[in-house]
Formats: sequence, C-alpha cells, structure tokens
Amino acid sequence: MDVFEKLKILTSAAKYDVACTSSGANKKAVPGGIGSASPWGICHSFAGDGRCISLLKLLMTNVCINDCKYCVNRCSNDVQRTFFTPRELADLTINFYRRNYIEGLFLSSGVINNADYTCEQMIETLRILREEYRFSGYIHAKAVPGADTALVAKLGMLADRISVNIELPSQRSLQLLAPDKPAESILTPMEFICHRIQENISDRKTFRHTPKFAPAGQSTQMIIGATPDTDYQILRLSHALYSKYRLKRVFYSAYIPVSSNTLLPPVGSKPPLLREHRLYQADWLLRFYGFSPGELLDKENPNFNPFIDPKCNWALNHMEFFPVEVNRASYQELLRVPGIGVTGAKRIISTRRTGVLNFDGLKKLGIVLKRARYFITCGGRTVEGLKCNQDEILKSLLSKRALSMYNQGLPLQPQPEQLSFFDEPLLSEGDNRKCLTGQI
Amino acid sequence: MPDGSDIVYSYDGSFEGLLCCVFESLEKREVPAEILLKDAPQGVLFPVKNIITDIHKYDRVLSAVTDKISFSALDFARHAFLTCLPQKERYILLFLRLGFQYGASVMDMLTDEVVNTLFKAVKHLKRESHLLKGFIRFSVNSNVLTAEIEPKNYVLPLLSRHFCGRYPEEHFLIYDRTHGMALVYRPYQSKIIPIEDFLLSEPDPEEQAYREMWQLFYNSIEVEGRHNPKCRISHMPKRYWKYMTEFQNKKNCLPKLCEPCLKD
Repeated sequence: MDVFEKLKILTSAAKYDVACTSSGANKKAVPGGIGSASPWGICHSFAGDGRCISLLKLLMTNVCINDCKYCVNRCSNDVQRTFFTPRELADLTINFYRRNYIEGLFLSSGVINNADYTCEQMIETLRILREEYRFSGYIHAKAVPGADTALVAKLGMLADRISVNIELPSQRSLQLLAPDKPAESILTPMEFICHRIQENISDRKTFRHTPKFAPAGQSTQMIIGATPDTDYQILRLSHALYSKYRLKRVFYSAYIPVSSNTLLPPVGSKPPLLREHRLYQADWLLRFYGFSPGELLDKENPNFNPFIDPKCNWALNHMEFFPVEVNRASYQELLRVPGIGVTGAKRIISTRRTGVLNFDGLKKLGIVLKRARYFITCGGRTVEGLKCNQDEILKSLLSKRALSMYNQGLPLQPQPEQLSFFDEPLLSEGDNRKCLTGQI
Repeated sequence: MPDGSDIVYSYDGSFEGLLCCVFESLEKREVPAEILLKDAPQGVLFPVKNIITDIHKYDRVLSAVTDKISFSALDFARHAFLTCLPQKERYILLFLRLGFQYGASVMDMLTDEVVNTLFKAVKHLKRESHLLKGFIRFSVNSNVLTAEIEPKNYVLPLLSRHFCGRYPEEHFLIYDRTHGMALVYRPYQSKIIPIEDFLLSEPDPEEQAYREMWQLFYNSIEVEGRHNPKCRISHMPKRYWKYMTEFQNKKNCLPKLCEPCLKD
C-alpha cells in the first residue's frame, strides 16, 4: 500500500478526534532546524464542517485490540487496516510543514500489539522529527491508556501537548461501552502527566534550561449524546478536570453514530450539535468568566435550555444582580452581562479611564447592545425608549433560528427515538415563556 | 485644534515623510484637509503644499512621540501606516496631534472618532496578517519555496518575522500581488523588494504528489455529518481561497520567480 492510500485510511480514522489546536507553546526554530510555535496558535485551513485544520491529524495505525462500542476503529468493525512507519510519518509531516500546510502533527493511534509497543512507535516518530529534522513545530500526542509511565514521560518530553481521552463522562457509561478501558487506565496517566508538568515547572524555576515537559499542557475529549449523562454531570466533570488536573482544554464531541448497537443512538440520527455548542459556551464561562457549574445548572435543571445561551439564562434568573452601571462596575461584574465578553469588558475598563462612557461609546467598543441594554445603565440611565415586553426581549436574546423554532413551538433538536427515555418532557408554551423571560 | 483645512499636503509616501507632515502641521498650526501622495492625480481645489522629507525633522517627531505619548503609540502609528484605510495619513496625523494633547492615554480613547477608526483599521490589518500566516501555501520548486498572496493591507512587513523565524534554512519568496512587492529570504537575510514580473511553471512530480496528498487530507478530515459551509466561510473568507492548494485543481501552475530576483 502506498503512502497516498495509507493517508486516506488513517485520516478518516482520526477525524473524530476534535482537538486541533496549536496554542500554548512558544518556540523558535533552532539554527539548522525548521519550525516554530506561537502561543496563540495558527489555523491553516478550515474543513467543510467549519472546523479548524491546524495540525496534520493522523492515526499511526487503525489496528486496535480494544472493542469500544462508539469507535470506528473497534476491533469488531470490518474496515481496512494499515499503519504508518515512524519514518513515513516524519517525512510526510516535514514536507507538509515546509509548504505551510500545517502547524505541526497530531499523532494518535489504535493499540497495536499492546499499549507499550504502540507508545514506543509514537516516540520513535517524534524522535525522528525532533532530533533528525530538528523540528520545533507543534506536536500533540495521545498518551495510550495503559502504557508504562516511563514511556508517557518520554512522550511528554518530545510533544508540546499530550492528551488522554476520557471519551465517556461517567464510569457507568464507560463500563457499558468501553469494557476494555477501565476508568483508572484513563485517570492514572492523566494524574501522572499533571504531576510531571507541575514538577517540570518548578524544576525550570531552579534550573532555567531544564527541557520542557508538555509545555502546552494536557487536554481531553468527551463524547456527547452517546450516553444518558446530563449536561450538569458533564460540566461538573469538566470543572473537576480543570481544577484538579489543571487541564488546558476539555473538548466535547457530538456523537456521530458509527455503529449499530442497542446501547447507542441509531446510525443516521443527527449529532446533537446544539447541545455540544451549549456545553462549549458553558465551558468558556467556567474558564474565562468566573462561573461555577452550580451557577449554570443544578439537580432540578440538569440540562441547558436549547433556546437560550447559558449566560443569558443565568442573567434572566438573577435579575437582582442587574442593572450594572458600566462606568463603575468591576471587571468581574461586567463579565456577567450578556453582550459583554472578555474583550469588551477589558475595553470598557481601559476606555472609561479617559472619560465617561455613554451608549454610543459602548457601541464603538463593540458591545452587543441588543443584548446588553436590558442589563446595564450608563450614568444611571437605561437606553432611551427601551421596551421591556416579552416579544422584544425574546427577539433580542434568542438567535434567529431559535426564535423561529420557538414561535412555532418546535423543539430545536430532533431527538433520536432510542434516546427517548432520557428526554425531558417538553415544556408547555406558558412554562417556556416564563423560564425564558424570567424576572424582567 | 486649529482649523486650517484649506490646505493639502503632498508627501513621498514613506513613514518618514508622513512624520515630516506631522512636523509641518504642528509648526504651522494647521491641519491639512488631505494628505496626498506626490504623484497622485490631484482633483482638489485647495493649494497643495509639498512636504520634503527631512530626516532631521523625522527624528525630532519620532523622539517626541516616544517621549510625550508612548512607544505603543508609535507602534500603533507604524501599523496604521500599513493599513488600507482611505486617508490613513490624515488619520495618523490627527491621532498624533491628539496624542501630543492627551499623552499616553490617547491609546485608551477608543470612543474618539479618530482613534476608533484607526483602531479598527489596525485590527483589520492584524487579522489579515494572522490569517495569512496560516493560509499562505508554498510550492517547492528546485528547493525554493514560493507563495503568492493578494491581501488588502500591506502585510509583508508583519509576515516577515514569522516566516523568517519559521524557515531559517530555506530560500523563500512571498509575492504580494496587490502591492507589487515581494518578501525574499535566504538563510539569515531577508528583504522586501518591488517585483513586477512573475512567471508560472508546472509543478514537478514530487510537488504535485504532495499537493494531491494535501487535497486528499483536506477532503478526508471533514466529518460529513457536521457539514457546515457557512461556518467555514466565516472563518476563512472566500477571497483567500484563490491561492490555497486545497481549492486548486491539478491543472494549476505554480509561480516561479524571475531570474534577477533569485540572484539578489
């Protein structure tokens, strides 16, 4: 089989891995070498599904000894199998990199023979890149669950980011769908990597030239919608991962049915993209806006409202917090206002030092007044002629699509039938209205 | 601010020249209605004052900007000078005058019309150059990397550091079709030079093979169940597609640089 064929098979096998970021590392090319990495990352293209292509995302092999029910590469699936040799992979990466097609390599793999052997092959690929080509570009490597910690440590010295996928958000789901992957086999390497990173950071303080261990940190991925786990469970898990294991990112991946199994949504059902979107919105609120999972969801409301984004939803249920005076509010308070983001809040803080802000000024700063106007005052006043009736508010706070679905009384996402026992009973029109416009 | 808007300046098109216009404007206490390029066709009724670039005056304005405003304001003005904003020269002049009035805080006066306009223009420039850092596609031809871009802003000075730092051992050329300029690099030397001629030649088999592999990768990485062309367009506007390998069919030729440039 030639490289062309292998590329085709092993790209298609890797595409369900979401992570394709190249941020977090800051490196320059070494003399005689090639490659650099910038802290904010660079997208080199966008695929037809709108997702960024930054790294050459490949599996080293799609041969796998595991039989995870949700995975295309499970051993019981009848697909063509192949593998790249470390040399082939390194050459391909360098040739793509020279042409500026990619920012680096994302290397994952099915488990061939055993976890240690797979890990050794990956290490050899990275070694060729780093030592022979003196490549300083970005490398994201997957730690193979169950591999020896010494090998994971070696991998981390060569890669910029290292990740272990959690895949399913609860132990029960994991037992059900990935019988060969006990939760410990995922959490143990995660904990090990976390410790190594912390250790390495403190070592670098003592000895400045200590080689870096995974300078761009670690990340993980969860599949959304394959199991009955609620948004609240998922968000709490993410929060724990961010605080306990200091993960840089948790990625969410709407489950796309790749196999028929009575435990899973049927093949052909639509992936829960809106739910994934809401989870990402909430994830950002956790990381940059100072929210905690308990503020966004609770046991009574364990899932996000599909019509409205989590921040707006929070604001509508906490009207006692508003209105916020733009000229005096703290950064943290500004961040809580729908329509004001991190950039907007920072601009407000620095601009108001030079003079009093009014609504025209806010517009110039890029604040989304359409949303923010219900929650702020400028110099003690609200926007002139602000109408506070339900229709106006809904029109301002809902996206166009959500609004039209809402007006027709339709659910935003058709739910696959097999999942019906997880569904919340649809809210009646009156309830819906009340929970959307809340206390305004 | 003194109102002397019945006069027009013309300058030589360099940043040094522009700062001399600022010098003139401050010295004569006048604000020109427009600042034109020396050779630009003049359709104005106002008298035109030709500003001669004087390196001594330039130095004085330069040190005044860093002393009385800030280094970041100078950086900002330099960036603004690269943008495609119509009448950017006049805006920069007005910005610096504001700066001399208010000091370093002028950088925070985002609600001011002049500062805001420039701020947006600079943001556009930076976004374009950031996108191009990813979207530029090199073709390898006899071990020289060549690429072509058609940006709205003059981004080559911003791209120079990134690509020279990334490919220190390569020879490469990035041709800016809009401005007729090219960034030329050979190990540890880079230059931005005007270029007019640009010949195309067929890719060799190796280059062709990598292009096809890239196209294959691009097409296989999409998850069909999530097809979302709108999202793609918003992240990667169509005007960039023209020179991107993944959107070209096999017949397309690759740019080849003309001989005199290679020897440079």
